[in-house]
Amino acid sequence: MNLNATLFAQLVVFFILAWFTMKFVWPPIMKALDERAKKIADGLSAADKAKSDLALAEKKVVDELKKARESATELRAGAEKQGAQLIEEARQEAANIVAQARKAAEGEAAVAAQRAKEALREQVAVLAVAGAERILRKEINAQVHADLLANLKQELK
Amino acid sequence: MATEHAPTASEYIVHHLTFLTNKKQVGLVDWSVFHLDTLFFSIGLGLLGVFILARLATRATSGVPGRFQAAVEIIIEMVNDQAKGIVHSPKSREFVAPLALTVFMWIFLMNAMDLLPLDVLPKLGEAAGVHYMRVVPTADLNATLGMSSAVLLLCLYYSVKIKGLGHWIHELFTAPFGAHPLLWPINFAMQLIEFLAKTVSHGMRLFGNMYAGELIFMLIALMGAAWAGTVGSGLLWVGGVIAGTIWAIFHILIITLQAFIFMMLTLVYIGQAHESH
Repeated sequence: MNLNATLFAQLVVFFILAWFTMKFVWPPIMKALDERAKKIADGLSAADKAKSDLALAEKKVVDELKKARESATELRAGAEKQGAQLIEEARQEAANIVAQARKAAEGEAAVAAQRAKEALREQVAVLAVAGAERILRKEINAQVHADLLANLKQELK
Repeated sequence: MATEHAPTASEYIVHHLTFLTNKKQVGLVDWSVFHLDTLFFSIGLGLLGVFILARLATRATSGVPGRFQAAVEIIIEMVNDQAKGIVHSPKSREFVAPLALTVFMWIFLMNAMDLLPLDVLPKLGEAAGVHYMRVVPTADLNATLGMSSAVLLLCLYYSVKIKGLGHWIHELFTAPFGAHPLLWPINFAMQLIEFLAKTVSHGMRLFGNMYAGELIFMLIALMGAAWAGTVGSGLLWVGGVIAGTIWAIFHILIITLQAFIFMMLTLVYIGQAHESH
């Protein structure tokens, strides 16, 4: 435990080392630390921004999807309506065709019936005479009863 | 040491406690004497620490730090936080915070010399013709008082700088008891005692811890050196190994703690110089 000049030497060295640290050690390291802190802060705020951007984009996607779905529904409804209309039209046309065909067939049938009737009428006199002959068991002169037979033919019209 | 004359225990310890001086010390205080070993190791370790830090500082990146940079950054953040909490003037902190870092690193390195095997460096020195060597500069009262005196000078400097010379002198005579003229001498005496006590206790605390630690390492080394082939000496040797291990592990805490305490007190004293009573 001797006191001597080592004390002053140590004192001076102390100040020199402290000065050196202040000059060459402290500032660069603090600068690096501050810069890193700033980088981290920037990174965090960028991440926050990205997060909110993502949320916005997701919202937009949902909206777009909704819109697309709506328009698809609309389209389908339109298509269904159109289809129904087409079917309706086709049914109408078919009905028309059927009606026409029936009408034509009926006309034809009527004509055929008429013709058959005509043919039968032509033969009615002969049949009547033949019938009468059977009934009277003698020959009947059709010329004699020509008027009567013409009348009968007329009635059958 | 087991050559023609093995030293006795007290010779061994006294030898280890003798400084390498430029000339023989006369009396308790002799301002013409230098402890060359203390100076060599304290300056060497100070330069080593400061240059390692400076080398790191020039390569410090604000990107992803390496492990070493991260470790240094942890220490610097710790010192900076403490300085911010204690010294409230940002202008003063520009010097005081790096000063605190220097104090912490330097004292830590000097204290850590205690963990080197006790005889290694002195033996190497002896081989090179240096017959006395104490490798722990902080176990030299001159070193610790030198540093605490530097802190005292800083306290005086900041007192004058922050408060102004007039206000500071006024405070020397009116605090802590009051402004009554009769109290002036008492106040002044109290202030002087406070400065003296602060400085002496600041230096003595570190010195005492490291000196005691060093002494215990020597006693443990003596236990190991007791080996003489008998059962009793064998037990002593084993005890020396166990005690040395325990004390060295405990000393890891002490060297760090003492460096931290010295740094904190430096900050506290300089911080007090900034505050008016």
